[in-house]
Amino acid sequence: MAVVVNRKALTFWEKLYLPAIIGGLKVTLKHAYNTLILRKVVTMEYPEQKWTLPTGYRGAPYLVKDQDGDTKCVSCQLCEFVCPPKAIRITPPGDTGLKADRTNAEKMPAEFEINMLRCIFCGFCQEVCPEEAIFLQQDYSLTALSRGEMIYNKEKLLSLGGVSPGIQKWKHKLEEAQAQENFPVKL
Amino acid sequence: MSTAATTETKPAPAAIEKIKVKVDGREIEVPRLTADWSGKLTPTTMIQACELAQTEVPHYCWHPKLPVVGNCRMCLVEFGTPAMGPDRKPVMNPDGTPKIAKSPRPAISCATPISPGMEIYTKTPAVKQMREGVLESLLINHPLDCPICDQAGECKLQEYSVDYGQSASRFVEAKVHKPKAVDLGPRILLDAERCILCTRCIRFTRDIAGDDALGIINRGSYNTIATFPGLPFDNNYTLNTVDICPVGALTSKDFRFKMRVWFLKETKSVCTSCATGCNILVSSREEVVQRYTPRENDAVNGPWMCDAGRLNYKWIGREDRLKTVLVSGRKSSWTVALNEISDRLKKAPAGSVAMVASARQTNEELWLLSKLKAKLGATSDSIAREGQADNLLVSADKNPNTNGARLTGICFTEIGSNLPAIAGGIASGKIKTLIVFGEDVTKHGLGADLLGRLETLIVSDILPNETTKLAHYVLPGCAHAEKRGSFTSTKGRVQKFMKAVEPPGDARAEWEYLHDLVHHVTGQNGFVTIEGLFNQMAKEVPAFNGLTWAALGDAGVTVQI
Repeated sequence: MAVVVNRKALTFWEKLYLPAIIGGLKVTLKHAYNTLILRKVVTMEYPEQKWTLPTGYRGAPYLVKDQDGDTKCVSCQLCEFVCPPKAIRITPPGDTGLKADRTNAEKMPAEFEINMLRCIFCGFCQEVCPEEAIFLQQDYSLTALSRGEMIYNKEKLLSLGGVSPGIQKWKHKLEEAQAQENFPVKL
Repeated sequence: MSTAATTETKPAPAAIEKIKVKVDGREIEVPRLTADWSGKLTPTTMIQACELAQTEVPHYCWHPKLPVVGNCRMCLVEFGTPAMGPDRKPVMNPDGTPKIAKSPRPAISCATPISPGMEIYTKTPAVKQMREGVLESLLINHPLDCPICDQAGECKLQEYSVDYGQSASRFVEAKVHKPKAVDLGPRILLDAERCILCTRCIRFTRDIAGDDALGIINRGSYNTIATFPGLPFDNNYTLNTVDICPVGALTSKDFRFKMRVWFLKETKSVCTSCATGCNILVSSREEVVQRYTPRENDAVNGPWMCDAGRLNYKWIGREDRLKTVLVSGRKSSWTVALNEISDRLKKAPAGSVAMVASARQTNEELWLLSKLKAKLGATSDSIAREGQADNLLVSADKNPNTNGARLTGICFTEIGSNLPAIAGGIASGKIKTLIVFGEDVTKHGLGADLLGRLETLIVSDILPNETTKLAHYVLPGCAHAEKRGSFTSTKGRVQKFMKAVEPPGDARAEWEYLHDLVHHVTGQNGFVTIEGLFNQMAKEVPAFNGLTWAALGDAGVTVQI
């Protein structure tokens, strides 16, 4: 059913439009005064200058390594599953014989691709990741000369992502298991 | 051959007494006895009664097709029985209903038989608490490595954790660590940390597969599933233990880290590795077949299938699949090839055509070939594939549709008996045209020298072989996972299968172009859908009389053979 929204009728002053024009002119004149008389800069020289982004800014998602330089991603494919625009594509190791950086994590992706043209920077991948291996970082200006270049592969994502130190649960598990090999058990 | 299709003929079961029980206050009638894993009638248990009442009771160790052990304690329920007075008569409530004496203790529903008037309570706060307690206990030493576990997505531990689990663990001590990625056999890996010791795998391999290969070693929290030292777990049914493992303890080496199960599309299909016709699910993602798993059908395979059949899928995605229509070795199109073939067949004098069909083809395709055969007065046969049978599922006949080839008249009881006659016909120059479907005839007495004498050699196949190299016309066909159709198993069960993935390149389902060919050559118009084709075939082939595609259902129908 159509809903009729009653608009408030314009008042006499609003109908004149003059207050709005004067309001706009005031801003323009203020900037003109700041630039011409006070010599203040009101624009930013992008791209030489860039904004300071707030923490938690949702830029492009990249893969990160842990403090030992090991790939954190274990190819659980939850981000691929949750990705609303289907921008992520993971090739699991399968029978390729690829060994994981951390041996007891058993697996890591053979290939990990994010199509940055599809990505909508929603952050679901970061939120769903059980390994804290993917983070939306500060990059917002992604350019390339072809669509193909906009599909970032594992190597590129890892090099852009850098290191994100964490609790290293796999290392902890390994140490705990090794400690139990010795008798009496000391923990 | 009888003329009417019938369903499975079983000895009429003796009428089983029904008794009334109440599940969560709802009264239902259940049989007093139920067939157990070996088919023997045993008293119906509470879990089976709950299943009939469509009330889910969570369980790990209980499996309808395995002996009952009752060790996981997940299926604990509360129950009560009618109270008896000192006079051995039921005590009545003031309103005339029997008074129920509630048992002071719960019982495992998988191993407790029902009795008349019993009341089962599955939703009480106490039952919920018991389930939470059992689950918490199982999770104490569980590694929680779901991100790297192949079972994730089809794991009972995950599912019940959603229903009865807690968001955080109260356990502050170090978890017991056990061996991970242990090589149990050629196809199985064991992760002992994930194991909840339900012993389903032990019972399966001992009682169903008949190979007492697995057991539990070590004591207490160090309990571990193991094989005997030096004896690998390598019978032909090992991968079923992966299916029945409720957690990710036993995983398939073949499927290891290949794809997460939530991406898989499951298509109902039938295994083609032998004539048993085990019902399967073809799991695929984006036109790539990833695995086969058995689909329960008590009339054929139960919930099991053999490892050989399960792993026989990799050829479907092979790179060297035939993908183009070839006319005299050059790339052509379906229209050109089919028109040329039809012209040649129409001009062929009676008796100058022979055909070798494959018992790996579907009933519908073989029936269409038999129509061509009748029109052309052709000699036809198929090729036998003999192998080793076992006493569980595997049949000695490695063709999935030998009975289909017999019933449609492509071959006779003795499969392959016409081949020498065809070879002789070619040698004497009587047979000038040979139609080959899905077989490499050079390995079966029709060598390259004989094939070279033919005026026309029409070959349809899936993979290249010696025969396709010599063919004048190569028609690329489909794997069963790429088309629809039906097979007739060794016991005469007609079962249909569905299409899971798209065929590669120009390949088309055989029944589609056979239908075109039959139309061009005989002038008969048939049906362009598999449903119509099957139903027409069922009208014309006596053994299939009365069947319809829809009536086959998921489980198939047994016909007289």
